[in-house]
Amino acid sequence: MSPWIVDHLWLVPAVPLAASLLILSFAGSRSKGAAALAIIGQLIALVLAVAAFIPTLQEPGWRAFHNFTWFTFGENAVRIGWVLDPLAAAMLVMITLVGLCIFVFSMGYMAEDKNFSRFFAYLSFFSAAMLGVVIANSLLLLFVCWELVGLASYLLIGFWIHKPSAAAAAKKAFITTRIGDLGFFFGILWLYGSSGTLLFYDDGKGCLESAGLLAVGASATFIALLIFSGAVGKSGQFPLHVWLPEAMEGPTPVSALIHAATMVAAGVFLVARVYPLFSLGAVDGVTPSLTVVVWVGVVTALMAALIAIAQADIKRILAYSTVSQLGLMMVSLGVGGVAAGIMHLLAHGFFKALLFIGSGSVIHGCHHEHDIRKMGGLRRVMPVTFLTYAVGMMTLSGVPLFFSGAWTKEEILHQTAHWPRSQAPFYLMLAGVVLTALYMTRQMIYVFFGNRRAAAEHAHESPRVMTVPLIVLALGTIALSIVVTPAWPWLHAYLSGEPARFEIARLIQPMLFVSLALVAAGIGLGLLIYRRAGAFDPLERSQPALFRFLENKMWIDELYAHTVIAFSRTAAVLSDWMDRYIWDGFVRAFGSIGQAFGILTKGVDERGINAAVDEGVGSARGVGRVMSLWHSGQIQTYLGAVAIGMLALLLFYVWLA
Amino acid sequence: MTPTLTLFLIVSAALFCIGLLAALSRRHAIFILIGIEMMLAAANLNFIAFWRFGAEPQQPTGVMVAIFSIAIAAAEAAVGVALVIAVYRHYRTTNVTKLDRLKG
Repeated sequence: MSPWIVDHLWLVPAVPLAASLLILSFAGSRSKGAAALAIIGQLIALVLAVAAFIPTLQEPGWRAFHNFTWFTFGENAVRIGWVLDPLAAAMLVMITLVGLCIFVFSMGYMAEDKNFSRFFAYLSFFSAAMLGVVIANSLLLLFVCWELVGLASYLLIGFWIHKPSAAAAAKKAFITTRIGDLGFFFGILWLYGSSGTLLFYDDGKGCLESAGLLAVGASATFIALLIFSGAVGKSGQFPLHVWLPEAMEGPTPVSALIHAATMVAAGVFLVARVYPLFSLGAVDGVTPSLTVVVWVGVVTALMAALIAIAQADIKRILAYSTVSQLGLMMVSLGVGGVAAGIMHLLAHGFFKALLFIGSGSVIHGCHHEHDIRKMGGLRRVMPVTFLTYAVGMMTLSGVPLFFSGAWTKEEILHQTAHWPRSQAPFYLMLAGVVLTALYMTRQMIYVFFGNRRAAAEHAHESPRVMTVPLIVLALGTIALSIVVTPAWPWLHAYLSGEPARFEIARLIQPMLFVSLALVAAGIGLGLLIYRRAGAFDPLERSQPALFRFLENKMWIDELYAHTVIAFSRTAAVLSDWMDRYIWDGFVRAFGSIGQAFGILTKGVDERGINAAVDEGVGSARGVGRVMSLWHSGQIQTYLGAVAIGMLALLLFYVWLA
Repeated sequence: MTPTLTLFLIVSAALFCIGLLAALSRRHAIFILIGIEMMLAAANLNFIAFWRFGAEPQQPTGVMVAIFSIAIAAAEAAVGVALVIAVYRHYRTTNVTKLDRLKG
């Protein structure tokens, strides 16, 4: 017997959706009730998510689903449904919990905004769509929710629509992810064509189960790569990563919720969800599609970490860090560490949301200044923000022992080291760890240490509505580390469906020392370089060319502008020219034939038919004019005429006789 | 001087011409009516003359026609006068030269 929650799992996304619709329908533009409604909706979703989490604990690898027919056409029935397994349950809890913290934080951060209610309606809508992605048991339902998530992202990035840069960023995010989604959609069609079902689990008939995988066969590689292109777009992987840093134009809670903790993780989640398609026919755990995933992840992780070093916008640094961490998760999935990747995803959801709303607190305190070079010395005026930010920074950098992100990152490194294909990703990841520690140290020094520069002079600590979520997330980040250590890898076991054993000896592993050394190297390097950092970046002074290269994001935007965008612009101009001169020319030629014929018939009409009629009418009129002279209206004249007529007849008669 | 048919016809023709002249030349509608009555009287005189000097003067056929004709003329005069009154009410005139709405 399946628990009540399995059949009613749809309630989890439905509650925030209802909250969103209620806010849109009834709330005024700045009503506090909107925030209350959204937060209550999120709270109910959290309770339901926990209710859904409990049954998944009963045995390792427990899974339940509920399918139904959406509609039928001809003999085909489109069936959708939802699935509850450790992957979905863990994601549900993470999304609703992080979401709740960010909703509360938004109440403080957006308090001054004149579209306060609309913001909460969009946030709730996003939450509903994201929860829909997580519980979907059908690639079709997942795709629908996936697109709704993209829509919510678009609406929220462009929330400050009066800023042209925000509008442009929203458009860029939407179009860039759409490129990936096009591939995703083709992948879905191909999958449906070859397996005949889009349900993941369906009592052995689903496309991720043995019968479905058998039907997919050799085309699995291509289907997996097409689906991966959707994940590349959504998760900001190279080469479609360009939208994510621009998405920071949105309000900071949006960056925290969507562009750090949840939506961008959807790509990683997607790959994990359809992992059987990627690993089909694996030799030694390696398939062509997984190899692609690994290398895309490696390139993304390293490139983004490098770019992050030279950014000045506090949120952009975090955005590139997100891109880099997502790359890391992809590497983990690619080398076979699905559980490790998802663990890092969950931990990342907490600590990156923490960092982002911490940056939001900093931005709020510095009166909406984003440039870290204008901050400094904030640790004394914003102690809570400083401490929680430090927790986030150390988690992201990978300082061992107390921080969940460090353990999960170590787990990924561990998995990568055992990849049979090549050792290169492992060493590149190690370099990435050093870079991560370096750019986070740089950010900390610029923002919280040193002299108080221009924007920091009148800085103030944020109100409690913003600091409490920070503390909750910081505690969550630390608390999560209990279940992710190698000594008691409960989360790993939970996700991969194995029983977990407690073994304190495994806590200390060689990898721990390696990562400790690397993090120490990164932070030490950071302290060395940025120890006396002022308004001018030391790296910029010593390596101006390299710095400019990184500051301009490796000129990838410019590269796209000169290749893809220039190409499509040329194509557009060419099509315009074709339309204007060739197709239009044809149309005009046909038009002129008609026109010439018209002129001809007009001539015939005017000179021939019309003239003849005119002539006839003219003479008739002349006759009429003459005749009308007779009709003087004088009855005596008429009578006289009658008399003369009679006389004439009489004379004629006499003449005849 | 014995009365002969010719004499009656001459009187009748003269009466007709006088009536015609009146109908054609007078401007007042009542006088035109009087002219028409005179022409009618000339025709009646012809009937009587042709009957009196005809083949069967014993039968009162001519008188009957004349009496009918006079009766009809009376009716016609009544209609005519009514028309004249209607015209006068409508146009505030009985001058027939002003009544030219039949003009083409």
